[in-house]
Amino acid sequence: MRRGYNNLSNRKLLVMGVFIAVGLIYLVRLFSLQVIDRHYKQLADNNALRFVTQYPARGKIYDRNGKLLVFNEAVYDLMVIPKQAMRNDTLHPFDTLGFCILLDIDRNSFIERMNKAKKESYLKPSTFMTAVSKENYAHIAEVLYRYPGFYFQTRTVRHYPDAIAAHTLGDIGEISPSELEKDVDGYYRQGDYVGKSGIERSYEKELRGEKGLRVMMVDVHNREMGSFDNGSLDRDPVTGKDIYLGMDADLQAYGEQLMVGKIGSIVAIEPKTGQILAFVSSPTYDPNLLVGRERGKHYQELQKDPMKPLINRAISGTYPPGSTFKTVVGMIAMQSGSITPQTVFHCSGPASMPIKCTHSHGPSPDFANAIMNSCNPYFYESFKATINNPKFGNIKKGYEYWKDMTYQLGLGHTFGTDIPYERSGNIPSREYYDKMYKGQWNSVTIRSLGIGQGEVLVTPLQLANIAALIANEGYYYPPHLIKCFGDTTAIPEIMTTRVDSGIDPRYVRVMKQGLRTVFSGPAGTARRYEMKDISQCGKTGTAQNPHGNYHSNFIAFAPAEDPKIALAVIIENGGYGATWAAPIASLMIEKYIRGYSIREDLEKRIMEGRITYKNER
Amino acid sequence: MITDNDNRNKIIGRIDWITLLIYFALVLIGWFSIFSAKYNDLHPSIFDFSMEYGKQLIWIGAALFFGFVILLIDAKFFHAFSLWIYIIVLMSLVMVLVYGKATKGATSWIEFGPIKFQPSEFAKMATALALASYLDRLDVDLNKRKDRIVSAALILIPMALVLLQNDTGSALVFISFIFVLYREGMPGAGWLMIIGVVAALLFVFTLIWTQKVMFVILGVLMAIVLLFLVLQKKRNAIIPAIVLFGIAFGMVFSVDYAFNKVLQEHQRNRVLVLLGQLDDPKGVGYNVYQSKIAIGSGGFAGKGFLQGTQTKYDFVPEQHTDFIFCTIGEEGGFLGTSAVVLLYVALLVRIITMAERQRSTFSRVYGYSIAGIFFVHVAINIGMTIGLMPVIGIPLPFLSYGGSSMLAFTIMLAIFVKQDANRLNIL
Repeated sequence: MRRGYNNLSNRKLLVMGVFIAVGLIYLVRLFSLQVIDRHYKQLADNNALRFVTQYPARGKIYDRNGKLLVFNEAVYDLMVIPKQAMRNDTLHPFDTLGFCILLDIDRNSFIERMNKAKKESYLKPSTFMTAVSKENYAHIAEVLYRYPGFYFQTRTVRHYPDAIAAHTLGDIGEISPSELEKDVDGYYRQGDYVGKSGIERSYEKELRGEKGLRVMMVDVHNREMGSFDNGSLDRDPVTGKDIYLGMDADLQAYGEQLMVGKIGSIVAIEPKTGQILAFVSSPTYDPNLLVGRERGKHYQELQKDPMKPLINRAISGTYPPGSTFKTVVGMIAMQSGSITPQTVFHCSGPASMPIKCTHSHGPSPDFANAIMNSCNPYFYESFKATINNPKFGNIKKGYEYWKDMTYQLGLGHTFGTDIPYERSGNIPSREYYDKMYKGQWNSVTIRSLGIGQGEVLVTPLQLANIAALIANEGYYYPPHLIKCFGDTTAIPEIMTTRVDSGIDPRYVRVMKQGLRTVFSGPAGTARRYEMKDISQCGKTGTAQNPHGNYHSNFIAFAPAEDPKIALAVIIENGGYGATWAAPIASLMIEKYIRGYSIREDLEKRIMEGRITYKNER
Repeated sequence: MITDNDNRNKIIGRIDWITLLIYFALVLIGWFSIFSAKYNDLHPSIFDFSMEYGKQLIWIGAALFFGFVILLIDAKFFHAFSLWIYIIVLMSLVMVLVYGKATKGATSWIEFGPIKFQPSEFAKMATALALASYLDRLDVDLNKRKDRIVSAALILIPMALVLLQNDTGSALVFISFIFVLYREGMPGAGWLMIIGVVAALLFVFTLIWTQKVMFVILGVLMAIVLLFLVLQKKRNAIIPAIVLFGIAFGMVFSVDYAFNKVLQEHQRNRVLVLLGQLDDPKGVGYNVYQSKIAIGSGGFAGKGFLQGTQTKYDFVPEQHTDFIFCTIGEEGGFLGTSAVVLLYVALLVRIITMAERQRSTFSRVYGYSIAGIFFVHVAINIGMTIGLMPVIGIPLPFLSYGGSSMLAFTIMLAIFVKQDANRLNIL
């Protein structure tokens, strides 16, 4: 290779030329970028801006009559910027002791909080103490200027003046990492509050409003130097929408009082609209507990409570409906043409096969009689006649028809309106029985369905909806909590869309007359709770269950001629339907229609009544 | 460093002090820039070893130590062992592929207990050594096809391994060996450079003006050239001209394919941002946008040491590693940036000058190789911070934070300085 030593050496000129040329190009570029072009200088100034989020006030929640249920209360978070607080200023040393006395914390707590804040960020503000009360705020704020790096930030928390309807209203809490991940719009930031349950959750978007923004100029030392460009980029926060619920606050409070000492649920619906008038789950709790500084602590306590007060039994409790289900069985039997109101089935009382009768009545009841007396054999026979109806070909097709009809009646599925965590209950599928009995099953195998036992499970909400659709003589509106928004926004269409139950109004009227006799008839199972001036309809249920004593169930509506309220009551382990559930339902009806109860003794007995539970679950 | 040991004085005495001065100047500028970029009130000392600037000092110390040792070792050592060094580095590149740690999409780190290191930084130097020692052999002649193939293989094998690590930036650096091949008289090297530049221009213009427009432009150009050739009666030049234009058409035609199939999405976006075809200062263009703001806001004289707002508030990502030039631009202004650019140009010109005065092919080839490597690093790194190059993550020699690159660049330079100091001993 030595050959090339000389003549090739000129090639260094080109290589050097490339190096120098690139260097020159870069110098020219740098000169234009740094000296000629002033654009970047301005951009750099703009870069040193601080974007301060302005939180809007969350929407308030009212009951159907405009009574305030939830509003916002200001609390004050004490914030700290560690860098400013830790500045070593020998002339004015930080008075830790005085500060601790002011906040009523000890030195260790101070150091702990400070370290936590430093860990979060040294330069940016972190929360030093959350939710300082109004009273403390006033006297701390007065002297806070002595402590550099500390300042107050206003935040609002929810307040519940009546402390009712905790499950319905729900609560708000800090957004979780998984919720943040699902936030495709990128609206939320770490530390934001969102509705966690109930109305707060279903109407999060409407209630929260829209965050605002203030753009502040910041100097090299991170001090705010005022609003940028006279606030041209600022955006005011938009206050959240108010919400009016279908709930009647007085009725709700009354229901909660009646349910003290009992486990279970009351769901009351306005049949004409599907709006929920009362949504009681017992035991309940004070919604004010799940607010502010102690939220986490209280939440844990409630979670540990063996009575499980956090569960909303009105939608999450699934119960065997017992005899209240005879309304469903009876209407489907009539609709399918398997029985008529005049059909008579023989009842041998306790000796009946395969299901005995627990009530005493004549040996050959017709439909009205069977409903009044809650005759088990009659409805077993009706169920059998339906699924064995020759027009379906075979029992499996007959059963599928029956199941589809229960679905139309609002069972076995959720309504999907505005109630989070609704459960669908259970109406077993044909496939389920095929698998369970290896294809060999008949009306005797699944006889319990005829009287609302066995695999069938319903939620109190679904049961109340059955009462509502009978009250309406055949249709319902999907039950929902909201009545309207504070502005003119329409509520979702699903809640105002009438759903046909698939039962001919003729048959529903027969059922309605039967349910009237449960109160008015000489042998009606709820005749003790008949009122002279309010015509009530209802059906008792006494449901066997694996958890001890019978569940006491009742569905009802009133007044019969123009129903204003339809409801379902379930009292866990309350015994006979007529013992607890029926009087509670009747009192709720009276309260709603009359405004108060004239049956003071009954009211007293129910309110003071306590049911003891052997195995508290 | 200087002792009164006679033996050392001989070496030290012949050391090229200009190179060394430039080196120290760059290292110091880098260290202070890292200090400024990562400055934290809690750790106000530049000697705080828990911070990047303290750590960088340790790396500088280690680099100086190794550099000093290299100056003491016999100059023939690296020539003699170049093949072994090359093989060891190749093996470590393979090991990275098997055991390496991935950072930011590239698998280029390997860990030995507490020490992490990046073999790709050393691969460039090893390739330079291997190529130098190969071309030094008396029987090797770049005019022979076989020798050209071996030379190309020496360069392309480590390049491919680095590419497999998904470290496109470091792989691109191997292109710099075209300079040394050109200098050593490889037939076609000059053409390769021209074709490369033309291809790059065609690529850029096709992306800016779209394929259709480029076809029209090329067509018009071809018509003019052919007409000229016919009128000038240079018939024997017509065929080559048609072939050349045919190749150009082919290139334009394949740009879309190359752009969409060969480049990965983030690379495509970076190219589009560079060409102004994609304007997204909050997304893929963020780095460059913020980097230009930081440098541009420095003005003529800069904001002063530790006074930069853009770099201090973390507006510029990676500001102590790949984007260290932003800190210099913001705080040192045009005075600072032009000083750094001039220092680099001076270093490169100096290395070429020194390479030309070598008596051995080994030293000359090695000198050209490292000049090329430094050049590509500097051109790409500074180019991307001022929006003249797409964002390619490779360090700025001697300035960027990082142990592997500091060690590798120092050792790379020290070997050459040693060769140069020893040049008169070669007969």
